[in-house]
Amino acid sequence: MAQPFLDRDLRVKPINAWIDPPRPQGRAIITHGHSDHARPGHGAVLATPDTIAIMQERYGPDCAGSFQALDYRTPLDVDGVTVTLYPAGHILGSAQVLLEHEGQRIVVTGDYKRLPDRTAQAFELVECDLLVTEATFGLPVFQHPDPQTEVVRLLRSVEAFPERAHVIGCYALGKAQRMISLLREAGYDVPIYLHGAMLSLCALYEERGIALGELRHALDVPKEQFAGQIVIAPPSALKDRWSRRLPDPVLCMASGWMSVKQRARQSGVELPLVISDHADWNELRQTIADTGAHKIWVTHGAEEALVYHCRQQGLEAEPLNIQAFEEGEEEGD
Amino acid sequence: MKGFAQLLELLALTPSRNRKIEALAEYFGRTPDPDRGFALAILTGALTFKNVKPAVLRDVVTREVDPYLFGLSYDYVGDLGETIALIWPHHGGTEPLPSLTELIELFNTTSKAELPALIGSLLTRAEINERWALVKLSTGALRIGLSARLAKTALAQMSGKDLQEIEEVWHGLTLPYGELFAWLDGKAERPDIDHAARFHPLMLSNPIDEEKDIEKLDPRDFAAEWKWDGIRVQLIASRGRVSMFSRTGDDVAAAFPDVVESVFGDGVLDGELLVGRDFEPAPFNDLQQRLNRKVATQKHLAELPAFVRVYDMLFDENADIRTLPWTERRARLEAWFGRHPQTRLDLSEVLAFSNWEELAEMRRRGAAEHGHEGVMVKLRVSPYVPGRPKGLWFKWKRDPNTVDAVLMYAQRGHGKRSSFYSDYTFGVWKGNEIVPIGKAYFGFTDEELKQLDKWVRQNTIQSFGPVREVRKELVFEVAFDSAQQSGRHKSGVALRFPRINRIRWDKPAAEAATLDDMQVFLEAT
Repeated sequence: MAQPFLDRDLRVKPINAWIDPPRPQGRAIITHGHSDHARPGHGAVLATPDTIAIMQERYGPDCAGSFQALDYRTPLDVDGVTVTLYPAGHILGSAQVLLEHEGQRIVVTGDYKRLPDRTAQAFELVECDLLVTEATFGLPVFQHPDPQTEVVRLLRSVEAFPERAHVIGCYALGKAQRMISLLREAGYDVPIYLHGAMLSLCALYEERGIALGELRHALDVPKEQFAGQIVIAPPSALKDRWSRRLPDPVLCMASGWMSVKQRARQSGVELPLVISDHADWNELRQTIADTGAHKIWVTHGAEEALVYHCRQQGLEAEPLNIQAFEEGEEEGD
Repeated sequence: MKGFAQLLELLALTPSRNRKIEALAEYFGRTPDPDRGFALAILTGALTFKNVKPAVLRDVVTREVDPYLFGLSYDYVGDLGETIALIWPHHGGTEPLPSLTELIELFNTTSKAELPALIGSLLTRAEINERWALVKLSTGALRIGLSARLAKTALAQMSGKDLQEIEEVWHGLTLPYGELFAWLDGKAERPDIDHAARFHPLMLSNPIDEEKDIEKLDPRDFAAEWKWDGIRVQLIASRGRVSMFSRTGDDVAAAFPDVVESVFGDGVLDGELLVGRDFEPAPFNDLQQRLNRKVATQKHLAELPAFVRVYDMLFDENADIRTLPWTERRARLEAWFGRHPQTRLDLSEVLAFSNWEELAEMRRRGAAEHGHEGVMVKLRVSPYVPGRPKGLWFKWKRDPNTVDAVLMYAQRGHGKRSSFYSDYTFGVWKGNEIVPIGKAYFGFTDEELKQLDKWVRQNTIQSFGPVREVRKELVFEVAFDSAQQSGRHKSGVALRFPRINRIRWDKPAAEAATLDDMQVFLEAT
C-alpha cells in the first residue's frame, strides 16, 4: 500500500482536514458528540445531522464557523477525497469515517460498538485497507456481558431495597439515554428521575425520535418520594451533595470499566453495572479481522495489547499515542 | 457456590459496615453446615490449600491466554484473582458449580497433576461472579476489606452471643466449626477448650495526641516503658507445651525454637520478640531475617539469638488475671520471674518519670541514643482489655526523621489503587546524580494521590512495564523511623518505615538532600 494519505494525528493530508481534532482547526470531521472528540471552535465542521445537533446543543449554535451535515452512506467529494459516514453504533449520530483517495480506503472508526442499541444507529462494517480503530477496552479482561443481564441485576436490587433510591451514574450524552432505553426494554415503565444535567440531551434524543418514556426532573421532589425509584445522574453527582436529597441511595454506575470490581470499590460504587458503549476485546478483534484491513492504527485506550494482538495475526499495526487521549475514564465509556 | 459468590461481591462493594454484618449474619443463618463453616474459614483467612496456589492458577490461565497479554491485563487490573476471573476466555457448560464443601473436598483430594484440568473446567462452568469468587478462594487472597473481627461480629449478631465470648473460643476451634455453630444455634454447650493453651486477643494502644491528651492526663496515673522495635508476641506455656503467637494469632513458634524451648513455668505472657546477644536488641533488619524463615537455621540460631522482652501477663499459671489492674499484673509478673528464672525472657523496664516533659526528654534521648521507637504509656488501674480500647494504653512515638528526596520512579499500585501510580521510589543527590534511598506508598491523601498520578503521567521520561521513570523534579519530604546501611540500594542506605510526609510542590530538586546529609541518621542507630 502506498503511503497513507492520513497522518498519525488523523489529519487528511490532501485536504488538510482533521478527524476529531483536540484543538481548533480550519476543517474538522467529527465522528460523534462526546467532548473528547467534538470540540468547539473549529472553522468548518462535517458530521452527521445528529452529531451537529448535539454539538450545537452542548456548545451553542455558533460553536463552529460553519456546519455541513452529511447523512450516512452518502459519499461526498471534498477536493478529490471522498468522505462517507457509516453508523458506528456508539451513540446517537456516531459515525465511522470512510476516506477514499487514489484507490486507497481508510476507515476511522471513532468510538463504536456492535451490540444492538435502540438509541444509536446500528454499526455497519466497512471494508478498508487501513483501519484506525479505537481501543478503549483493548485488553482481554474486557468481555462485556449482555446488558440486559445487568439491567436484571439492577431491577432485582430495586426490588430488594424498596426504601432506598437507586442512583445510576451515567454520562449525560449517550449512556443516560441507553440506560433509560434498556430499562424500558426490560419492562420498567414507571417514571425515571433525572439530574438536571440530563434534561436537555434526553429532550434532544426524544425530538430526534428516540422514545424514552416518562422522565421527571429530580428537583423539589420530597425525599420520601424517591424511595424505590431510579434516578439517573452524572457520575460526579454520586458522591456530591446532590445525592443527599435521596434516601440512603444505592450508588450504581453504568460503565464498561465496572467489570473490574477493584475499580468499582475505588469509586465507592455499590452496584456496578457493566454496560458499555464501546466494543469489548472480542468485538475489537472481530472487527479488525472483518474489515480485511492489513494495516491497523490503534488509538484511544489500551493500544499496546491490541497492537500486539494485530502483529500476532501478521498485520501491520502501530499505536498512535495521540496526546489528548491518555487512558482514563473519558466521557461516554 | 452461587450464594457464597453473591455474599463475597456484596462484602466487596458495600461500604456500610452494618450492612456487611447483616449480610454475613443472614448468610450464616440460612446456609447449612458444613458449607457455612467453610465459608467462615475462607472469610477469616483460616483456609489454605496445599496444592492450589496462585502460581497454579496463573499457569492454568497462561495456557489459554497469551502470557504477554495476561501481563498487560494484570498490570491494568492490579489484582491477580480478578485478572484471572475476567480474562478466562471459555464460558459455558450447563452443569452448575459444586457446593463449597464439595469444592474444598475436590481441591484437597485432586492430585497436583490433575489440578490444572479441574480448575480449568470449574472456571469455564462458573458464571462471572462465581468465577471471581472461585479464584479468590483458591488463591486465598480475598482482598475485599473484610476483617475476621467483622465476621465474628456477624456471628454474635446472628446468635445473640457476646462477641467477647466468641473471640475467646475462636482459636481453639477446628474446621468446619460444627461445634461453634451448634453452640451459636443454641443446640450445644459452649465448646470446651483448654483455657490457658490458646491465643487470647491482644490489648492494643492508641497514639497519644500531644496537643489534646497530654494536658488532661495526670502523669501519676500512668506507667511508662520503652516502645521496643521488634514484633509483638504472646507466649503461652501450659503443661509443658509452649506456643508463641504473633499479634494476629499466627503461630510463629517454629521459627524461634531458641525462645520457646527455653521457657520455664506456666502462664500467658505478652511481650516483644527481639534478636540480640545478652538481651541487647539488634536492629529490626536482623529480626526480619529470622522472621522471613518458617524454620530457624543453625546459623541464625547462633548469630541472631532471639529473646522476648515481657511487659504484661494475662494468665499467672492457670489463673486469668486480665481483669486485675496493670499494677497488680505487673507485680505478679515480677513475682513469676522470681519463681521461674529465664534465659530468653526478660522484663521490660518501667521508666521513672515525674512529669510529661521529663518523659518527652527521655523519649528523645532514647530515640537518638538507642534507636527506641518511642515510649508506651499505660494507665496504672487499667485491666487487660482486648482490642484497642480508648484511654488505657498510649504509644508516644518519637518524632520521625525527615529528608527531602526527589521522586525517581513510580509504579502502579495494587488493589484499591490499581489504576494509580502510587508506589514511589525516591532518592538523594550523590554528586550530580540522584541515587535511590527508598520506596513509599503511603502518607498522602486520596486527593494528593490523584495529583501525583497526574504529575507522573505528564512527566514520564521512560516506561519499563508497570514502572515509569519521571523527570527528577518533584521533591517529597519523606519521614522515616531510622536509616540503615544497605547493599540493596545503589546509595548504600535503606530507610525503615518511609512515608511521604509532605509533597513539596514548591521545592526545587536542586535543594533536595545529599547522600552526605544521610550520614547523621546512619550514625544515630
